[in-house]
Amino acid sequence: MPTSAPVLEVEDLAVTFSRKGETPTRAVDGVSFSVAPGETIGLVGESGCGKSVTSLAVMGLLPPRGVRVSGSVRLDGQELIGASDRMLRRLRGADMAMVFQDPLSSLNPTLAIGTQVTEVLLEHRDLDRKQASAEAVDLLDRVGIPDPGRRLKEYPHQLSGGMRQRALIAMALACSPRLLIADEPTTALDVTIQAQILELLRELVVGSGTALVMITHDLGVVAGLCDRVHVMYAGKIIESAERHELFARPRHPYTGGLLHSVPRLDAGRGARLTPIRGSARDTIPWSQGCAFAPRCDNAEDDCLGDTVPLEVDPAYGTDRELRCRHPLQPARVGAGTSGAGVARAATGGSGATASGPGR
Amino acid sequence: MSAVPTPAAEGAPRSAPLLRVSDLQVHFPIKRGLFFDRTVGHVRAVDGVSLAIDRGSTYGLVGESGCGKSTLGRAVLRLVEPTAGRVDFDGTDVASLSGESLRKMRRRMQMVFQDPMGSLDPRQDVESLLTEPLRAHGLGGGRKELADRVGQLLDAVGLPAAARRRYPHEFSGGQRQRIGIARAVALEPDLLIADEPVSALDVSVQAQVLNLLEELQERLDLTYLVIAHDLAVVRHISDVVGVMYLGSLVEQAPADALYDEPLHPYTRALMSAVPVPDPVVEQRRERILLAGDLPSPADPPSGCRFHTRCPWRQETRCDDEVPVLRELGAGHWVSCHWAEEIRDGVLAPKSAEEVAATQGVSVRAGAGALAETDALVQGVDQPIERT
Ligand SMILES: Nc1ncnc2c1ncn2[C@@H]1O[C@H](COP(=O)(O)OP(=O)(O)OP(=O)(O)O)[C@@H](O)[C@H]1O
Ligand SMILES: Nc1ncnc2c1ncn2[C@@H]1O[C@H](COP(=O)(O)OP(=O)(O)OP(=O)(O)O)[C@@H](O)[C@H]1O
Ligand code: SF4
Ligand code: SF4
Ligand SMILES: [Mg+2]
Ligand SMILES: [Mg+2]
Repeated sequence: MPTSAPVLEVEDLAVTFSRKGETPTRAVDGVSFSVAPGETIGLVGESGCGKSVTSLAVMGLLPPRGVRVSGSVRLDGQELIGASDRMLRRLRGADMAMVFQDPLSSLNPTLAIGTQVTEVLLEHRDLDRKQASAEAVDLLDRVGIPDPGRRLKEYPHQLSGGMRQRALIAMALACSPRLLIADEPTTALDVTIQAQILELLRELVVGSGTALVMITHDLGVVAGLCDRVHVMYAGKIIESAERHELFARPRHPYTGGLLHSVPRLDAGRGARLTPIRGSARDTIPWSQGCAFAPRCDNAEDDCLGDTVPLEVDPAYGTDRELRCRHPLQPARVGAGTSGAGVARAATGGSGATASGPGR
Repeated sequence: MSAVPTPAAEGAPRSAPLLRVSDLQVHFPIKRGLFFDRTVGHVRAVDGVSLAIDRGSTYGLVGESGCGKSTLGRAVLRLVEPTAGRVDFDGTDVASLSGESLRKMRRRMQMVFQDPMGSLDPRQDVESLLTEPLRAHGLGGGRKELADRVGQLLDAVGLPAAARRRYPHEFSGGQRQRIGIARAVALEPDLLIADEPVSALDVSVQAQVLNLLEELQERLDLTYLVIAHDLAVVRHISDVVGVMYLGSLVEQAPADALYDEPLHPYTRALMSAVPVPDPVVEQRRERILLAGDLPSPADPPSGCRFHTRCPWRQETRCDDEVPVLRELGAGHWVSCHWAEEIRDGVLAPKSAEEVAATQGVSVRAGAGALAETDALVQGVDQPIERT
């Protein structure tokens, strides 16, 4: 739980894209959250729910034209919405940094890794070239890149996906930022490499007190890494809770639906999956009710008409927030999500027994 | 090279498997030179795989990117020519077929692809997408019969009848995957090869497609080969799971047995790396972090291909002797020289420093606070890489 003043406070953030001749789309719609030093929060949700746009808005990286941003983003109390480009550029890299899903697209293909890391150091820290290059070696070493002296001379395409992501993390760490935003940093990586990168991020938060915003669609990653979780749907946060609470007792039908629709490695062949019906396309504008209503089994008449507000969950005191008029009852959902006692059907069945290879 | 000998059939004969792959190899030449006319080596995409799939069952093939899963699936369908080895479908050597008999056989094996958008022609409406395979094989009869068939197919995959006049871009990812599945089952195949059927889909939609595949299997008496990198998905849907590493099968077992007692060090590491959506489980879990990256399939390590990253690697045999698949439990096959000792806890995983010392690899130097590792992490916790 955050005990010290938050590093990042986002309040009522809204981002609207408008192109000529098109109806404007509100990609982020009144999002609020905060992160304390050493804390990791998760922003989870499906494709298109506004996770990346939220992070780009925080970093001041949205395109200058065709976008309207409102609300407040404060880094150590300093307002970033409306701040000058110069100030944002100074803060980026120094006080806040971001790691993207596709490391190749965020690295310059024509520059050696070492040059790119050293440049960040030279720009933000008072070092000469020699010091910067020694520091670069140290950074690559810290993120687990073997033989960093040699790797500095290599170009992005010469590194594997996992090594590139490490290089990117090294650049993000160059100035020991107070805030690190990681947008699906492991989605493009193999699972054993993902485990290495997640471990690295975990160590980082513990070791340096960096505030980490982890953006992912993978509930497993959230379960292992995030202290607090914000679930997003159609541009809004629909449920916020501490991770144990959220997974043990999801209250929003969408959160519960997600948990029941992912296959778990520790559940047997017989375990049923209960999908959420429809797709994220089946939605209504928040101004006309709950955007999840067309897919929701708990929906009733009062879910339509006006925006359902995000409120402190009456059943759980101040620590949980919920945007739902007919939430799940814990007893009902709690069962089966605990991992223990998941029904395990026998593999058997006529044709189901294993044949030896080539038998 | 025949790394994986085919165990001889013994004991009471079961009904013959629908698909049998024997010592299959697919090597792609690496071309260099001004006109790409020089072959400088080969990518051993699939390097001696044997497996059998019983009728009506699901075989799940897992492994990391580039281990040869898709190539194996494509070789079974003869979309790529095997370099060596043999594929028997329903008792017939696929390589012996040509012309009409090959066409007939192809009808009985269909494929579902990862990217439903990429595999559907955007200019055709759903009706024409679904009738195309029927017409290509001279099936389905007249206009009326075809229209009826489209109705049945849409119904079978849970799409509204109104979908027939619409185009792929008008559907969500999950719906497009349903169209891809409807297209694959249109010809009433016996075997469906699904290559990453849900990995491009949103989480909430993946379950719809997995349930649909299971439902269709029951209704249409289908046999599945499901290829996926997601171990949780594979465990959910498969009767038998095969784990691939660098072109070879390293372990194969009934799904529950594999999960309950993974025997190969790679399978253990893979399973320990899959995040489980449950914080309680995540905190308790023992994690085996693997050293470094996957070696190149063009130049696979000698002996056991996993020896450059294996936390259990031993001084003898691992580096120079290719392990063969051995049956350690009922239907539980594993290719590791030390599987029994690892299973019984006689051998413990080595620390990164020890592995590094014997392997000539560099270990990440613990630098200040970053060296602190999660107390829950056991086994090899320092990423290392071969240099
Ligand atoms: N530059 C842009 N112009 C117009 N619309 C945009 C732009 N960038 C994003 N959007 C829209 O904003 C919404 C939110 O997109 P965002 O990229 O934040 O989703 P996401 O949650 O990160 O999804 P994913 O998991 O696919 O990365 C989407 O509907 C998207 O189409
Ligand atoms: N047509 C080809 N020509 C040359 N090399 C190929 C060809 N197809 C595949 N390969 C190589 O063969 C190896 C196995 O590829 P394959 O696509 O079968 O892997 P995969 O297990 O399906 O991986 P992924 O999970 O990324 O789909 C890779 O190294 C790949 O680069
Ligand atoms: S507000 Fe109504 S429609 Fe929305 S999630 Fe809650 S019950 Fe379902
Ligand atoms: S044979 Fe040796 S290197 Fe290979 S998996 Fe077994 S212990 Fe590890
Ligand atoms: Mg995104
Ligand atoms: Mg593939």
